[in-house]
Amino acid sequence: MNRIYFDHNATTPVLDEVFDAMVPFLKDQWGNPSSIHWAGRGTRKAVEDARESVSALLNCTPIELIFTSSGTEGDNHAIKGLAYAQKNKGNHIITTKVEHPAVLSTCKHLQKEGFEVTYLDVDKDGLISLDELKAAITPKTILISVMYANNETGVLFPIKEIGQIAKEKGVAFHTDAVQAAGKIKIDVADLNVDLMTISGHKLYAPKGVGALFIKRGTRLVPLVHGGHQERNRRGGTENVAGIVAMGKASGIAIRDMEKETEHLKTLKERLEKGMTERVPHIKINGHPDKRLPNTANISFEFVEGESLLLNLDMKGIAASSGSACTSGSLEPSHVLVSMGLTHELSHGSVRFSLGKSNTVQEIDYLLEIMPPIVERMRSMSPLYAGAK
Amino acid sequence: MAKKGMTVLARKKVVVAMSGGVDSSTALALLVEQGYECIGVSMQLWDYSKKNDSSGATGGSCCTLDDIHDARRVAESLGVPFYVVNVEEAFSKEVVDYFVSSYLSGATPNPCIKCNQILKFEVLLKKALGLEADFLATGHYARIEDAPWGKKLVQGVDHSKDQSYFLFTMTQPQLERVLFPVGALTKKEVRERARALGLRTSEKAESQEICFVEEPSYADFLSTRINLPSGDIVDQRGRVLGAHKGLFNYTIGQRKGLNLSGGPFYVLDIDTINNRLVVGPQELLYSNGLIAGEVNWINPEARETAKESLTGVTAKIRYRHHGAPCKVAILPDGRIKAEFIEPEKAVAPGQAVVIYRDDEVLGGGWIECALK
Repeated sequence: MNRIYFDHNATTPVLDEVFDAMVPFLKDQWGNPSSIHWAGRGTRKAVEDARESVSALLNCTPIELIFTSSGTEGDNHAIKGLAYAQKNKGNHIITTKVEHPAVLSTCKHLQKEGFEVTYLDVDKDGLISLDELKAAITPKTILISVMYANNETGVLFPIKEIGQIAKEKGVAFHTDAVQAAGKIKIDVADLNVDLMTISGHKLYAPKGVGALFIKRGTRLVPLVHGGHQERNRRGGTENVAGIVAMGKASGIAIRDMEKETEHLKTLKERLEKGMTERVPHIKINGHPDKRLPNTANISFEFVEGESLLLNLDMKGIAASSGSACTSGSLEPSHVLVSMGLTHELSHGSVRFSLGKSNTVQEIDYLLEIMPPIVERMRSMSPLYAGAK
Repeated sequence: MAKKGMTVLARKKVVVAMSGGVDSSTALALLVEQGYECIGVSMQLWDYSKKNDSSGATGGSCCTLDDIHDARRVAESLGVPFYVVNVEEAFSKEVVDYFVSSYLSGATPNPCIKCNQILKFEVLLKKALGLEADFLATGHYARIEDAPWGKKLVQGVDHSKDQSYFLFTMTQPQLERVLFPVGALTKKEVRERARALGLRTSEKAESQEICFVEEPSYADFLSTRINLPSGDIVDQRGRVLGAHKGLFNYTIGQRKGLNLSGGPFYVLDIDTINNRLVVGPQELLYSNGLIAGEVNWINPEARETAKESLTGVTAKIRYRHHGAPCKVAILPDGRIKAEFIEPEKAVAPGQAVVIYRDDEVLGGGWIECALK
């Protein structure tokens, strides 16, 4: 059976170059980067080289970057760390209804501790209103957290404009850039961002490593207390191999970005155009232009997205719908519901997120097998019979 | 996968509904052994995380995240693909809302039957067919056998574990597409097979309580959703004997928890119109028959006979009931009247009555009232 992977927003395969770069740090170079002796010196250099590579991806200085275990940890660290550090200044946080659970659950937790959180609505294109954002800011507001790109739809938020508003109001600004990093050019120097989360495994490094950009001068209460690693910002001996991998992956992302963006755009357009031509009653979700080059989120009316995914899986095609929860079950997407999609349409959504290794042939294979699957599922739907 | 040179036979595909317990685990293992192409599926019925978002502990007894984890691990150990399907919405609407509204109307609901009827044999069966499966299998102790007129539903070999009572709503198209692989085994044999195969669920305790009730009792669960005021406990003649704590706390035939002096008293009637609980001595608990609606006949010959009078049959009026010898007749409106040979105790509206001839389920319905 063909195995085709269209779920790069969930995770990406580890590139051979990345794997080769990290192997020495799983074998011969096992020293603790905090050690002063010969065993630690090599690994310390490797960690700092990686920090430089990753900082180049975001255009920040290396000392503004700490390594974490994941995007989720980065979001927790940024939001809780800032909230605790500024709790004497205020207790109000502004975010959106369409954030990743790493942000939403953290905010919900802070609400239990007495913080107040405003969750901004999005419009049908998946974007927030900047006027609503401005209106939501109060003298008690200490943090705005808005994602760079939405994981489900790929919708890109106006980070620069939000950063400008935050700066004018003197409020800290965090962005979860887990889906954007490596896929589009990011320049924190130009963005007025104070905190930015990224994750290794979304950019062809392995799971278990991420990074958090903390703009110089931003005070955060640490999430993980411990030794002096990461300049006292995060305790725990460094995940050297993972960090090296993330550094290598960042270098490759910078090197290949232009070419990759073109490649992904071509494939995505072929997919969306082909699907629109071949399958009636579909809707492409998210703003038509302000989207990641790799993400196509499509609602198939009269069909459950879940059933489509299982059928696709049986044909060897990996795609997804909404965000995977702990049980591996599929929740109705809070993102699509927030965008005002009908119940029917939000249940019938499938996310195809493309990556480096995908080919035109793979897209064409999907376009070939999808129409009969959708037709068969629809033939079992009483609603479809009524609509025909 | 067929080897090169072999004739490729299309293997029958089965979706196996896995609760995470030993019965459905063994059902899957047996089907794999028999050469079916299997897909394991667990239904996520209820969002336990809403209540236990920090502890992670769950009080329910089946289909919790831990159970889904077990189901997944069993499927993985047998090399079978496994999926979780989210059916929370249907479950909440068809099972939980029904459960709550039954108590509001003074009836004693049976959510397990509704769950089988709608979640398993409508929603999940449809999903299975959508995956191009030939069959849906579950771990029920019941059997489906060929009859001249179609498929008949028969009690499981292990009568002490028989679950055919919960399956009386099944239709012919469903019976044709459903497999009960453990119905031909005893519980003991199922555990032995599970043990021999090294299934991680082999020693797992059985689920007993209502799965979505995490509170200490169903009444505690109901009290979080509905507010029924307390009222009078009266005898047959309307004399006030005491006070009840909200009608949903009681079922027909209940003796404990009434806190009345004298007696013993038994609950005879739940009068939701006047918010009264009617109690009396045990002898008044007996009835001569019942009327049931929403009838489903599985055996068409029995239905024909019952248009006159169906004799030599027994009626189970609740799960684990011994089965009361009776005769059954279809009323002009399609409901059924069952007349017991000997008076029967505690007929509870809202429960199902299932009609058997020997070990075959002929049909059943939902009890509307007892005939005194």
